[in-house]
Amino acid sequence: MTERIPVVENILNANDRIALDNQKRLTDAGVFCINLMASPGAGKTSLIERMLPVLSERMSIAVIDGDVASSIDADRAAAAGATAVQINTGGQCHLDATQLRHALDELELGTFDLLIVENVGNLICPASFKIGAHTSVLIASVPEGDDKPYKYPGMYHGVDALVINKTDLLPYIDFDMPYFRRGVELLNQELVSFPLSCKTGEGLDAWIRWVEERTAQAQKA
Amino acid sequence: MHELPVTENILEISLRHAQEQQASCITDIHLVVGELSSIVDDSVQFYWDLISEGTIAQGAHLHFTRLPITLHCLNCDHHYSPQNEDFACPQCSSERVELEQGEEFYLDSIEIERETTHDEAR
Repeated sequence: MTERIPVVENILNANDRIALDNQKRLTDAGVFCINLMASPGAGKTSLIERMLPVLSERMSIAVIDGDVASSIDADRAAAAGATAVQINTGGQCHLDATQLRHALDELELGTFDLLIVENVGNLICPASFKIGAHTSVLIASVPEGDDKPYKYPGMYHGVDALVINKTDLLPYIDFDMPYFRRGVELLNQELVSFPLSCKTGEGLDAWIRWVEERTAQAQKA
Repeated sequence: MHELPVTENILEISLRHAQEQQASCITDIHLVVGELSSIVDDSVQFYWDLISEGTIAQGAHLHFTRLPITLHCLNCDHHYSPQNEDFACPQCSSERVELEQGEEFYLDSIEIERETTHDEAR
């Protein structure tokens, strides 16, 4: 005879607990951490390359790069002036809290103000796995199409800020900005967004100012 | 593809609760999955058959309860499930809506058997 036992436990509970530990560790060390997510090719690494020269003058920055394979992104971040750690997920479609914990071990956390975690390029899985960052940022790029918020609601719902990259291409492609924004705002009214172009530099100032302000706020708290 | 770590978590949670109950076997596992949670039932079942082998959960049936997305309109207070990819309120067309349900991803309950103890058998 079987007996039903109530459990009611979040399946990703173990990951969530480690994510909380990571966040506490970062907070205690005075490091503000951004989880940067996007589809492959949206411009995660390019955005980091654009931010580093400006922000490095005012703060100390580390970058953790998650990729299925290679160290191309960490190499690019290091060349742009950051202390960079590469995580190869070996096929896994997202970073999880345990992987970030190991990467944090490789950094002398107390020496940094800002940590940018470049997640694996993917619009589905990283949304489900908390890593312990203080804020989640999604980069959308206009060539991906204006329907993405409708097709990937899980990702668009969970982020705090949205960078809309490659705006220099707007004259050449069919991208209905009001339709895109409507899809974004339907799921996330609090979202702040930054249209910009890593190619031309247009719009970068506002984004960099936001990162700087958020980092300063976190360190004051 | 992250169904393998997910399935490992399901096994770990099930075994832990079964052990607390001194179960001799787990026959059924009930999972609740919101529509926004990206998980493929068949993949979980595939991994389950592999990794539960040799444990007291071997052969347990996985039951998935899918919860649809439900939204709440902050303008007119209407509660609804979106019928297509447009999440706007069907009643007042407002875009000020909040998610009420759809991100769930938890193990709700397990069904277990206990070995009949000597005393009970008598």
